[in-house]
Amino acid sequence: MPKEETGVPARTRLDVYDSYLLLLTSYFLLLEHEVFVKLAVLESGLMMCRMNPLQDHPPGKLIAVEGLDGSGKSTQIYLLKRWLELQGMRVFFTEWNSSVLVKKATSKAKKRNLLTATTFSLIHATDFADRYEREIVPLLRAGYIVLADRYIFTAFARDVVRGNDPLWVRSIYSFAVKPDLTFFFKAPLETSLSRILDGRPTLKYHEAGLDMGWTIDPYESFRIFQGKIFEQYLGMEKEFEFIPMEATGTIESQQQQVRNIVSERIDLQRYKTLRRQ
Amino acid sequence: MNQKRFFGQGLPRLDLSKLTGKLIVIEGADGSGRSVQIAKLTEWLEAKGHAVAHVGLRRSTLVSEELEQAKQGNILGKTTMSLFYATDFADQLENRIIPALRAGFIVLADRYIYTLMARDIVRGSEVNWVESLYGIALVPDAVFFLHTGARQLVERNFQKNGRLDYWESGMDLGLANNMFDSFIRYQKKIQHEYKWMEEKYGFKVVNGNRSIQSILKDFKSHLLPLIDPTDPDLAGNKL
Repeated sequence: MPKEETGVPARTRLDVYDSYLLLLTSYFLLLEHEVFVKLAVLESGLMMCRMNPLQDHPPGKLIAVEGLDGSGKSTQIYLLKRWLELQGMRVFFTEWNSSVLVKKATSKAKKRNLLTATTFSLIHATDFADRYEREIVPLLRAGYIVLADRYIFTAFARDVVRGNDPLWVRSIYSFAVKPDLTFFFKAPLETSLSRILDGRPTLKYHEAGLDMGWTIDPYESFRIFQGKIFEQYLGMEKEFEFIPMEATGTIESQQQQVRNIVSERIDLQRYKTLRRQ
Repeated sequence: MNQKRFFGQGLPRLDLSKLTGKLIVIEGADGSGRSVQIAKLTEWLEAKGHAVAHVGLRRSTLVSEELEQAKQGNILGKTTMSLFYATDFADQLENRIIPALRAGFIVLADRYIYTLMARDIVRGSEVNWVESLYGIALVPDAVFFLHTGARQLVERNFQKNGRLDYWESGMDLGLANNMFDSFIRYQKKIQHEYKWMEEKYGFKVVNGNRSIQSILKDFKSHLLPLIDPTDPDLAGNKL
C-alpha cells in the first residue's frame, strides 16, 4: 500500500472517524458540553496536521476574521490592514469567493439553481483551494502577513447548516493551514441581522438560504439561516481557538483590542518591508 | 435485491433503498478500449430489454466547460483540480446516476472515482484525503478494470489520435522531457495505484490485450449473473 506517511492505513482512518462520529453524537446527547468540545478539538487537530505544505513553521502569518454578515468583521480587518500597511509591513488581504475561473462556474450554477448541498460545498472548496494554492501559500512562504476576511470556518458553518456531514466538510479542507489568529466577531444575532436587513437589501437565493426550503420569504429565511450559522460558529469557538470579539463599545475601541492582540501575539518587526536607503 | 451503500458518509437525505438499478463501472486508461466495450455492451443490454444510461468524467452540466478550459490552460493547482473534478463527479452522481438508478436503469460509467483517485494520488494527494473526499460516492455493483500494458496503450493512442494526450501523459508532473517517456512513466505510476485499489475495492480485472470479441465475452459472463440470474443465455452458455 502506498502513501502511508501518517503510519495509519487508509481504511483504519475512516473507521476511526466513523467511531468518532458515533462517540461525538452520543456524548453530545448524554454528557455536558465540555466533552463534546474536547473530542472535537482532538478530531480537528488530527485533520489539520495532515497534508499541509506549510506545517513546518511558515515564515508568514495568517490572521482570519469570522462572523456573520453585519458583525463588523470586514470593517475591523480593513482597519487592521491599514494600520499594518502604514507601518510598512508586508501585508496582503484576501476574501472569500474571489477567484476568477471558479467564479464563472459558481455564478452560472447559482443563476440556474443547479447546486445541491454537496456540490455547493465542493464548488466553494474548489474556489478556496484555487485562492489558497495561488495566493495564500506563496505569500505565507514569502513571509507576508495574510489577512483573510472569512476562512475555512465560513465553509464549516454554512455547509453543515446545509446538511453536509461536519467531518466530511472538515476533512475536505484539511489541506488548509490553521490561522495563527482567528478573530470571531460575536455580535448578537439581532444586531447583525438588523444591520443587514434594515436596508431591505435584495437577498440572493443562496445567501438567504432559500434553497433550504424553510420558508419562501427571503427575509425570514435569512434570519433562520443566519441563526443556524451563528450556532455553528459558537460551537467552533473552542474547537478552533477563536479569539472572541464581543460587540461592545465603539469601532475604535474594538480596533484597539484587535491591534493589541496582534502585536502581543505576532512579532511584527519581522514583517517590515525591506527598504533601500 | 442487494442494498446500495456509500463509501463513506454519503449524500445527505438520500433513501438508498429506492435505487433499484445497477451501477456498472468500467475503468482503464485511454486506449484500453473502454468506449468500444461500452458501446457493444449497451447494444447487448438493450437487445435484452434493459434501459441503459451512460456517465463519464467531465460530463456534468455544472462545471464540465470550466474544467475543459482549466485543462487547456493548465493554470490550476493540484488540490484545486482535485476538487474541481470532485464537483463534476458529485453533480453527475446527484443529477444523473442516482435518478437513473432510481428509475431502474443500468448505469454504465465510463470511469469512476478510482481514476480520479489514482490521478490525485500520483500528484501527491494523500490517500486518506481522497478517500474521504469521495466518501459521498455510491459503491458500484461491479467494477471492471481493463488492464492494458503501457506499450499497447501508446500504440492504440497513436492509431486513434495520431498523438499522445498531454494529461494522459502526465506532462504536468515533469516526469520526463519528452511525451513518450512521460506517458510510459505516468501510466506505470497510475497502474501502481490501480494495483492496490484492485484488491481493496474488488475490481474484476479484464485482460485488455486481446480481441474486442473475447473481451466482450468476458464482460458478458461477469455481468449476466448480476443483471439477470435467470437469463437462459447463462445456462446455455451462449454469450
